[in-house]
Amino acid sequence: MKIHEHQAKAIFGDAGIPIPEGRIASSAEEAGRAAAELGPPVAVKSQVLVGGRGKAGGIKIADTVDEAQAHAKAILGMEIKGLPVRKVLIEKTADIDRELYLSIALDRSIRAPLMLGSAMGGVDIEEVAKTQPEAIERVPIDPEFGLRPYTVWGALRRMMGDQDLAKQAVAIAAKLYGIFMDLDCSLVEINPLIVTGDGRVMALDAKINLDDNALFRHPQLEKLRDTDAEDPRERDAKESDLSFVALEGEIGCIVNGAGLAMATMDMVKHAGGEPANFLDVGGSSRPEKVLNAMRIILEDPAVRVILLNIFGGITRCDDIAKGLITAKDELGVEVPIVARLTGTNESDGRALLKSVGLESAATMEEAVGTAVKLAKGASA
Amino acid sequence: MSILVNEGTKVCVQGITGRDGSFHAQQMKEYGTTVIGGTRPGKGGEIHEGFPVFDTVAEAKSAGANTSVIYVPVAGAVDAMYESIEAEMDLIVCITEGIPANDMVRVVDSLRGRPSKLVGPNCPGVITPGVAKVGIIPGSIATPGPVGVVSRSGTLTYEVVHALTSLGIGQSTCVGIGGDQVPGMNFIDTLTLFREDSATELVVIIGEIGGADEQIAADYVANELGKPAVAFVAGQTAPPGKRMGHAGAIISGGEGTAAEKIAAFQQAGIPVGKTPAEVAELAKAKLSG
Repeated sequence: MKIHEHQAKAIFGDAGIPIPEGRIASSAEEAGRAAAELGPPVAVKSQVLVGGRGKAGGIKIADTVDEAQAHAKAILGMEIKGLPVRKVLIEKTADIDRELYLSIALDRSIRAPLMLGSAMGGVDIEEVAKTQPEAIERVPIDPEFGLRPYTVWGALRRMMGDQDLAKQAVAIAAKLYGIFMDLDCSLVEINPLIVTGDGRVMALDAKINLDDNALFRHPQLEKLRDTDAEDPRERDAKESDLSFVALEGEIGCIVNGAGLAMATMDMVKHAGGEPANFLDVGGSSRPEKVLNAMRIILEDPAVRVILLNIFGGITRCDDIAKGLITAKDELGVEVPIVARLTGTNESDGRALLKSVGLESAATMEEAVGTAVKLAKGASA
Repeated sequence: MSILVNEGTKVCVQGITGRDGSFHAQQMKEYGTTVIGGTRPGKGGEIHEGFPVFDTVAEAKSAGANTSVIYVPVAGAVDAMYESIEAEMDLIVCITEGIPANDMVRVVDSLRGRPSKLVGPNCPGVITPGVAKVGIIPGSIATPGPVGVVSRSGTLTYEVVHALTSLGIGQSTCVGIGGDQVPGMNFIDTLTLFREDSATELVVIIGEIGGADEQIAADYVANELGKPAVAFVAGQTAPPGKRMGHAGAIISGGEGTAAEKIAAFQQAGIPVGKTPAEVAELAKAKLSG
């Protein structure tokens, strides 16, 4: 789960990481009052959960209270990459001498957190990483010891180029790591980390991504969820314990396992069809999961055929078949269903489907081929 | 020969009284695996569907178990892994999904200097066809033979193994390492074992979008494995920036796309199949060629 800049900054502030003084506003009037309290010049920053806010015109500097109010009015009416701007952060501008980069992320190749730093912040850091890998400091963090000042001292002294600035950056890195571990983050990022004209190191932006698997132990963070950034069907699916991503095509896919689900989508495309969604019913296969999956997929009027591809391990084919039959009865499914059931309890599952007149395909290729043909026939 | 699981494997099922634990204890036993029993704290001394129940893994170990398989719900799964690590089981397979990544960082760290190997979490487990299986891979799809399989996905592993078996190509051992961001054994750990295994003549690597493990594996195959390999990468058509179920299956920016991984495999001389069936055919061609 992603959270907004102002929410991440509040967490930074509580942890003692220097941030610019700011106020959150959801109307132009509130923004004007905030600007007056802070004293211009101020930055007016849209709060949306996508990157590239600046390029989209979602961040503006105002030299007067009136200007701040005008910018806020314009930005609050914007949509950035499809997301409405509902709040703006009004912040005292900083006197920027240099822009740097600092983050902690989980690195799957070392199976531990990694601190990344660069003297070349503010710009597209991914581009820097690609074209000038030597400009990125990478410090693996041993989870047994954590991020201690000595762990990152060398890297941050090189990056900051100055002992006093390095000392400030080390303190920030240690606090960043504390947040990363305490809140179970997958990423904590400051871009840019700035050095001010009077030699202070400060977080001008803040980004925190939280590990969804760990949210259960941070109920206070669940309140920070922004439902605007989530597809309502994806949220509905999540509440039903399904993993779902809406796509543009006409073949509704129900598959068990993320890898097989992606491979099924790939095969649909190779066969000339378009998947309407990614859907993983997950491991344990309670029949109601299939019912919920069918309900969510059928909300999309573009769906012309349903392709069910199950290779049962922990998922039992008879459970899936029961769910599918219930769904057919309760939802009044009008589109054709192509089913392929293999693995644990497959003969029971196939027999159940046959009892309601549904033949099962023998292979994934056959099922995908039939589904693509039906989808094309229906659209012709 | 085989890797991880063999005739000497003696299984303790952590969470044996649960729906999945109890079902798969039976499935493993029917496949021919020696199942010593399982754990369920507070029910030690009882018999559950024919299996002895122990309060702790240490007690199951005293009764002969050397391998643990974990089916306990997510709230107890981390403790279950620590328990088996402290009991020094040879192999620990964690089926449970949804474990926080930071918890796994600590679990994986705790394995340093200890004898256990951990497969998973969020994985289907390990099968040595015709001998024994630990986890949930359906026994009927596998058959003994010369191909080692290592996969980040669960059900996709079944698909590929099934395709191999349908072409008459058997497997030495199939290992589902799981799709989580912080797994126990990774591709390299598993490939290192396949390298030393005389029964394995060729390795099938099944990857997916997210991270760079496939690129690292491609490099290892080219320089160290000393055996041919073929590969499959799921998620060729996944839209960027979307999370596709697994924690690992995330494409962001220019890193971790299927195209990058396929290119890395091909540069290392590893043929990549477009479908699971094609992977099996590539393996067959390599073996007879």
